[in-house]
Amino acid sequence: MSVAPATVVPPDRPGFADPVADAQATFRAVLDALARPGRIHPAGVGLDAPAPLAPATAALLLTLVDPDTPIWLAPALAAARDWIVFHCGAPLVADPGAAAFVVTTELPPLDRLAAGSDEAPEAGASVILQLAALGTGPRMRLTGPGLAAPSLFAATGLGAGFVAAWWANRALFPRGIDLLLCAGTELAALPRSVSVEAL
Amino acid sequence: MNGYNFAYLDEQTKRMIRRAILKAVAIPGHQVPFASREMPLPYGWGTGGIQVTASILGREDVLKVIDQGADDTTNAVSIRRFFAATAGVQTTTRTADASVIQTRHRIPEAPLTEQQILVYQVPQPEPLYRLEPSRAETTRMHALAEYGAMHVKLYEDIARLGQVAISYDYPVMVNGRYLTSPSPIPAFDNPKLHRMPALQLFGAGREKRIYAIPPYTDVRSLDFEDHPFRPHRADAACALCGSRQSYLDEVVTDNRGGRMFVCSDTDHCASRRAAGCEGVAA
Repeated sequence: MSVAPATVVPPDRPGFADPVADAQATFRAVLDALARPGRIHPAGVGLDAPAPLAPATAALLLTLVDPDTPIWLAPALAAARDWIVFHCGAPLVADPGAAAFVVTTELPPLDRLAAGSDEAPEAGASVILQLAALGTGPRMRLTGPGLAAPSLFAATGLGAGFVAAWWANRALFPRGIDLLLCAGTELAALPRSVSVEAL
Repeated sequence: MNGYNFAYLDEQTKRMIRRAILKAVAIPGHQVPFASREMPLPYGWGTGGIQVTASILGREDVLKVIDQGADDTTNAVSIRRFFAATAGVQTTTRTADASVIQTRHRIPEAPLTEQQILVYQVPQPEPLYRLEPSRAETTRMHALAEYGAMHVKLYEDIARLGQVAISYDYPVMVNGRYLTSPSPIPAFDNPKLHRMPALQLFGAGREKRIYAIPPYTDVRSLDFEDHPFRPHRADAACALCGSRQSYLDEVVTDNRGGRMFVCSDTDHCASRRAAGCEGVAA
């Protein structure tokens, strides 16, 4: 049940300056971020993102979201709604459980999001979570595919219940959600295959 | 090239393929369906690999394409030219210089690095295809991790022939969860899949599936405790460079039964010869 906006106000902020090359560069950043969980990549550098979206969040939306992907936008980011609808053309949905991309500033209850099925786990949602900072804050140890050895990761703003929520998500594997973390002009990712331990 | 987007595919198609690739990386070994496009060459000529390459390629990438290890065979040459024309990227035959390597049926001999991505062309992504022709049924078998049928097939090989009679496309377990086809690489290459530093992406155009093996992921070739997996290699040295480690192709040289063994990886063989290694025919 997508909510088609009645009117789209052309936003005053542009999208990518070079849509092909910038989308490709952002994709390679998020690809490597998912392939090597916890590694921090630059993204959205030079992008004039609409408040309250961080440049990395805006770049990720321009790269991955289009009319084929319903998104759920957190109320805290509602001011960027027209920009997203104009540049990405994505249908906005009222139920986060119906969204392919959940765009938010705080971790939603993961069990309310699409986790896919055992036969089609790829239908699990991608959560684009905009945080205060990556690389600082509570530290975690990551293990899993993509990591030669357990690696350290830190992020500010994941919330107190994150590790427990992630274990519940990890237990669903191969079902589950994938987490794309953005802060400023940086991004990192935690695919559903990675295990997280609080330190 | 005028009239085409960078790297041939339009941006919406790239986004669709990119989303499939990201889910494939998040679920190692799982085949993600995607809306495979018609490409300007027929299915069976690497359309899956080409679509994956087109979706990841950037202007600063250096592309290498191999076909059975060789840089100079028809498939490799035409795909390399395709991307030189549609993306204007730099191409190379040197494994170490490439940032993206598209391959048909081989893994290069030189170890790959974290800075490289290996893209496989896959004719049949479903490892259970010969045992269970129904796609609906194999999807359920993957959902349940029900891979007994494949173990029975290997057991029957051993009972009848004394060994597993699979010399290429030897099935592997990825990250202990999904039975996966490594594409028709020789079983000789299977150990290189295990914990490879490079990201490995697999594209099947006709079958419309993408899957991935992230870096440093456990990949185990199926076997039994008393019949461990043994990669096979012809018991010979390369006639050109003398290598006794590389994978060899047997080449018929005349009508009188003459034959020679040469490295299947042409770049590996050429670099060894450049470094002074010599085989009997050099």
